[in-house]
Amino acid sequence: MTLSTDQQTGEDLYDVRLRVNGVVHDLRVPARRLLSDALRHDLGMTGTHVGCEHGVCGACTVLVDGRPARACLMFAVAAVEVDITTVEGLTHPDGSLGPVQQAFRECHGLQCGFCTPGFLTTITAGLEENPDPSHEEAREMIGGNLCRCTGYQNIVAAVERAAVLRREGQERP
Amino acid sequence: MTTKLMGQGVQRVEDDRLLRGQGAYADDLDVGPGLLHAAVVRSPHAHARIVDIDVDAVLDVEGVHAVFTHDDLTGPMADPLPLLIPHPALTHGRTQYALAKDEVNYVGEAVAFIVATDRYVAEDAVGKVRVTYDVLPAVVGIDAARRADRLVHDDVPGNLGARLEQQTGDAPAAVAAAPHRLSLDLDIERSACMPLEGRGTVARWEPALDRLQVWTSTQSSTGVRAAVAVKLGLDLGQVDVITPDVGGGFGVKINHPWPEELLVPYAARALGRPVKFTEDRREHFISSAHERAQVQHVEVGFDDEGRLLGLDVEFWHDHGAYTPYGLIVPIITSTQLLGPYKPGAYRVVFHSLYTNTVIVTPYRGAGRPQGCYAMERTMDAIAAYLGKDRTEVRRVNLIQPDEFPYEHHLVFQDGRPLTYDSGNYPEMLDKIKALVDWDSFPARKAAAAAEGRKLGIGLACYVEGTGVGPYEGAHVHVETTGKVKVATGLTSQGQGHQTVFAQLVADELGCRFSDVEVVTGDTRRMPYAVGTFASRAAVMSGSAIHLAARRAREKALRIAADALEASEDDLQIVDGVVSVKGAPEVSLDLGTISVLSNPLRYAFDEASKRATQFQVGDPGKPPVAEDDEPGLEGRDFYSPERATFASGMHAVIVETDPDTAEIRIVQYAVVHDCGTLINPMIVEGQIHGGVAQGVGGALYERMAYDESGQLLNASFMDFLMPYVSEVPDGIDVDHLETPSPLNPLGIKGAGEAGVIPSAAVFAAAIEDAEGFPITAMPISPSELFELRLAQS
Repeated sequence: MTLSTDQQTGEDLYDVRLRVNGVVHDLRVPARRLLSDALRHDLGMTGTHVGCEHGVCGACTVLVDGRPARACLMFAVAAVEVDITTVEGLTHPDGSLGPVQQAFRECHGLQCGFCTPGFLTTITAGLEENPDPSHEEAREMIGGNLCRCTGYQNIVAAVERAAVLRREGQERP
Repeated sequence: MTTKLMGQGVQRVEDDRLLRGQGAYADDLDVGPGLLHAAVVRSPHAHARIVDIDVDAVLDVEGVHAVFTHDDLTGPMADPLPLLIPHPALTHGRTQYALAKDEVNYVGEAVAFIVATDRYVAEDAVGKVRVTYDVLPAVVGIDAARRADRLVHDDVPGNLGARLEQQTGDAPAAVAAAPHRLSLDLDIERSACMPLEGRGTVARWEPALDRLQVWTSTQSSTGVRAAVAVKLGLDLGQVDVITPDVGGGFGVKINHPWPEELLVPYAARALGRPVKFTEDRREHFISSAHERAQVQHVEVGFDDEGRLLGLDVEFWHDHGAYTPYGLIVPIITSTQLLGPYKPGAYRVVFHSLYTNTVIVTPYRGAGRPQGCYAMERTMDAIAAYLGKDRTEVRRVNLIQPDEFPYEHHLVFQDGRPLTYDSGNYPEMLDKIKALVDWDSFPARKAAAAAEGRKLGIGLACYVEGTGVGPYEGAHVHVETTGKVKVATGLTSQGQGHQTVFAQLVADELGCRFSDVEVVTGDTRRMPYAVGTFASRAAVMSGSAIHLAARRAREKALRIAADALEASEDDLQIVDGVVSVKGAPEVSLDLGTISVLSNPLRYAFDEASKRATQFQVGDPGKPPVAEDDEPGLEGRDFYSPERATFASGMHAVIVETDPDTAEIRIVQYAVVHDCGTLINPMIVEGQIHGGVAQGVGGALYERMAYDESGQLLNASFMDFLMPYVSEVPDGIDVDHLETPSPLNPLGIKGAGEAGVIPSAAVFAAAIEDAEGFPITAMPISPSELFELRLAQS
């Protein structure tokens, strides 16, 4: 990390290298720059949404080395040395929707779509850990994310559907 | 023939983009180089005079471009914000300034506006503005407002913004003469919409063009456009307002213009740089609207069967510090309180009161939850008094199917008679009883009691006036490719409008669903519109789109009949192809008809080559007939004479823990009638979301103000919005479809329905489980525990 100074604000800037969805990005940010803001406004990856900025709603959830983390509670300078996955990285390599995304579509698991990226990343990690969740486990998997539109009914259904799609995808040669 | 899409659970066209993280919400927009970011200095006091604002320290902060206070606002910007919906009874309406002038009246009121290179720097500067306040005593809560020993506004005696009385018959006399009488005192507290995306506005002034573009997270782009034009002294034609993706609204984004919706464009013009404001969550709690708080008193007289002979209601409504949205919420409470019932005589009086708290404007349901609560608590009290089944008391009061249109002889929120258009309430009652197995519940309750468990069941019924005017419009344009571009002016916040409106166009025009693209809330595409509120989008824009698609269809058939030398009556349009019935090879696709509709001089591709005036039409006639226009388009407006009334009944079974008083939802059932269903999948999604918000409002959410007007729980840590663990695991939904006679498709609104009966139905179920009256909502386990102690 090297230090420089922002010409406009006089703030100290740090060079950081973020690995997001397998792509390396070099950027220069103040120490206080939140990872969520760095992703959204420095890298232009606005799929990660900010709903509360105090770590409760879960809309900004990204995967850090595969585990869900609130991007609004991390500084960009602390997110070097890790692999970050955002909603933009959840599609299949051919560009088609990944299993959790596809399940949300089929089950009407989203309305306004604002909280959705945080659910998608959370469930992606959840199914990695527990590929065949029971109904109760499916509910528990999304227990830390807020949604104001759907009443969660179809999100739970989407978790269960995603587990099926995921298994089918893995069985395919 | 292709299958009609009306009534099909078509998957949403919105989703693919949103699921990839490619949505474009206000804060996502990068509208050009040099974008600056705004932050707002907000009042830390609920009631204070502003003695001095010292911004000197801010001017030294590197990266700050401008600081605005009220002194910096000129022209109409320096005047109070508009009072959007005046009413003769609102004798003392007051609105705030875009930036406070001399006085603040709630914690969170905007005092100064700072524009800087980024939000971090702007917030640094917020902390450096020195505002000297002369703190005044605050008026918090309805009791304090009624006592009026302190005033919110010096020139508003009694803190009384409005008093409105309506009656049909002589309710006090009917109550006095009734065989049985009861009175109830009821309370309901504040909650708020809490969309996951707060407010957000971006503006770009283009000096070379003398034009302003505004992107804002609103429920009314045309409303914001008109307000911005007036306040900035611009012609409407100089202002575009574009609604990007909106991360939920639920009512809070229908109030407009918010101070920032004016200050952002004002600053953008002053600085010649694009400016963005994105509200954070704490700001949303303390500076965006709340709703619901009322104190109610009911006097009711009834006969031995429980028939309502006289209903006399008085309530006190907390409208917060200002009244930008007029009296809409208490008017709706006072009229929609009646639900599916027909009291012999009804009188309602409300007092709309000022308090030093955040303003109150509609939140999903918009006063109906409070009205439903008053009425249904009364029904349950009558049943308890007479020892009758609660469904039977309701049944004898229901408006019957042969009584429609039913005239209540009251004035509804749109200023028009409260006249129900259609419904079937007795059948609905049968359906909800069957869905929740009402008649076998006593046995279930007894069995649970034998195990030491407490079960209770509740029922609540409502009628919802939806689709109020004045109008919405639509434009349908068939391009030469056969693609169909549709625009309507109201906005979308996740309701799936692009999908359901495309269904309507595909059905009426006869094109492929996948060829339809719908744009909402963009004043460049449809400058005449009202907004998204009162469950009106499907009714209003849906009808307008249907009518506009019909016009496009008529024109397509006329042109095709001419070209194919056939009678219009013999033509059909299927999958975007017009053909002669029985002779499908004689056909033209809609794209070709679009070509034929627009005689051209210049050819730039194969399609336009066919459309040059030398190729098309009769050389002896004008290329465009006198009574015709070029283009395959349809434009129409829908303006109903009055609202259409949806209805529903909810039932819930709860279990209350005998020791901890925890309240658990065992079963939740909904029967719902929104007329003809366009897309049942989307309607059920709306119901699910409404029920969850209702659960929050009934059992968890409240605005915890202290006596000095500080909101103590202004974060998601402390304001308990339901997670999945708080909502029912499964909601049983059954539909009834009684079409509305007021619009061409028979549609009624669905958006707000799920939340309306929540406070009522949970109060009823908890009362049934506990055996003592529940008169204040929301109710927490600790409050229930206290009530138990008080009973014993």
